Amino acid sequence: MEFDFDRLVVDDVSRHFGRRRALNRVSLTCGAGTILGLLGPNGAGKSTLLAILSTLLAPTSGRVKYGEADARSAGPRLRRRLGLLGHDLYLYPELTARENLQFFARLYGLADAPARVERALVQAGLADRAGDAVSGFSRGMRQRLALERALLHGPRLLLLDEPFTGLDDASGHALVARLRGLRDDGAIVIAATHDLDLAEGLLDEVAILREGRLLAVPRASGPLRDRYRETIAASSASAREEVAR
Amino acid sequence: MTQFLRVAWVVMRKDLTVEMRSREIVYTTVFFAASCVLVFAFALVREGRPLEDASAGILWIAIAFAGTLGLGRTFERERHTETLRALMLAPSDRPAIYVGKLLGILVLMAIVEAVLVPMIGLLFHAPIFASPLWLAALLAAGTLGFASVGTLFAAMLVRARSRDVLLPVLLYPITIPVIIAGVRGTAAIFQATPDEPMVRFWAALLVFFDVVFVTLSLWTFEPLMTE
Repeated sequence: MEFDFDRLVVDDVSRHFGRRRALNRVSLTCGAGTILGLLGPNGAGKSTLLAILSTLLAPTSGRVKYGEADARSAGPRLRRRLGLLGHDLYLYPELTARENLQFFARLYGLADAPARVERALVQAGLADRAGDAVSGFSRGMRQRLALERALLHGPRLLLLDEPFTGLDDASGHALVARLRGLRDDGAIVIAATHDLDLAEGLLDEVAILREGRLLAVPRASGPLRDRYRETIAASSASAREEVAR
Repeated sequence: MTQFLRVAWVVMRKDLTVEMRSREIVYTTVFFAASCVLVFAFALVREGRPLEDASAGILWIAIAFAGTLGLGRTFERERHTETLRALMLAPSDRPAIYVGKLLGILVLMAIVEAVLVPMIGLLFHAPIFASPLWLAALLAAGTLGFASVGTLFAAMLVRARSRDVLLPVLLYPITIPVIIAGVRGTAAIFQATPDEPMVRFWAALLVFFDVVFVTLSLWTFEPLMTE
């Protein structure tokens, strides 16, 4: 039977790179049908957390549970249920759009690979450029293709690092609609982004990271940008007080 | 097992397709290996007479140097596009990715050797047709031993800043036994009368190294690649 899960639990996870603490005792929980936004300034630890959730990076301490399993016990069965769109797009520039998707479809051993690839090309709006090498694509086109690459195998957990980078207004809104559709289908979507305008109204939950720590987000309703600024300002003030003491 | 082999095959096919588009690694390694042999030919062949027993050593030096260049470039491609991370996310045992990359490198090195061996025969009067099957077996076993360690190290160093320097520094000391066995076995073939027992001994030793190196690489690939 295929492995699946409906809950992701990050329990007291820390990650050190030498003496630098990239993540410091981060805990959060996310259920199926949720879009969680990971916000925070540059270097806050968002990409590190995504790398840990994608099993590419092991935490120094703490654990991540995918349902009842962890990365070590579930291994390849878990990776079949993960999709990652990194800041780098994981595409081969020498290959065409179709060849890139075909390669990943074969790598995942998808039964109906040709049909899925064609559907993905249409979804990315690249059906007429399917035979062109990716090296000739704009950043936005590559971003759309990379998203389809990450979604090709129908992952339960979709991890997105700056998914709106390079997208024009229409593509950005199309991506928002796509992510809502995935949420409605029961996916767990975790997106690290700085684009608070597009994220507004999309995110069900917000986690704000700063210097590797998870900050408390004000519950009060209001624009996401204001809540983000308030949280960061409160965290800066508390850090200054600590230094003064 | 079927899935393991399928993933390895898919990765190798992808590497070769990418290489067929760019032809970057084949052209550079063949040019580099051929230049290497030519320089040795100018230095060691006097009045049409090559230095005795030099040809086997020169052949393996050129293979090792060209192989190192190819290994570095193959993984530089994956680093440049960060696609190694996407490969690591594939729902298969991670050593299958290693085997796929290794097979791709073996094909590239075989192309280089297909150019090198006739050059050695021509420039150093080496009797390459004296025992063609044994020569092919030695080259195959030696190349596998060298490339198996090289693939592991090149993958491991992909994120290291000084990877170009570190790869040969780590690779050559460990693969020295393979290169020595390859040189001695090939020299036994290139003698006026091929010394078959000696060739068999060195070939068996190379197979032993292959088993050890491939097993260790398959065993250590996943922990080394999970940061």
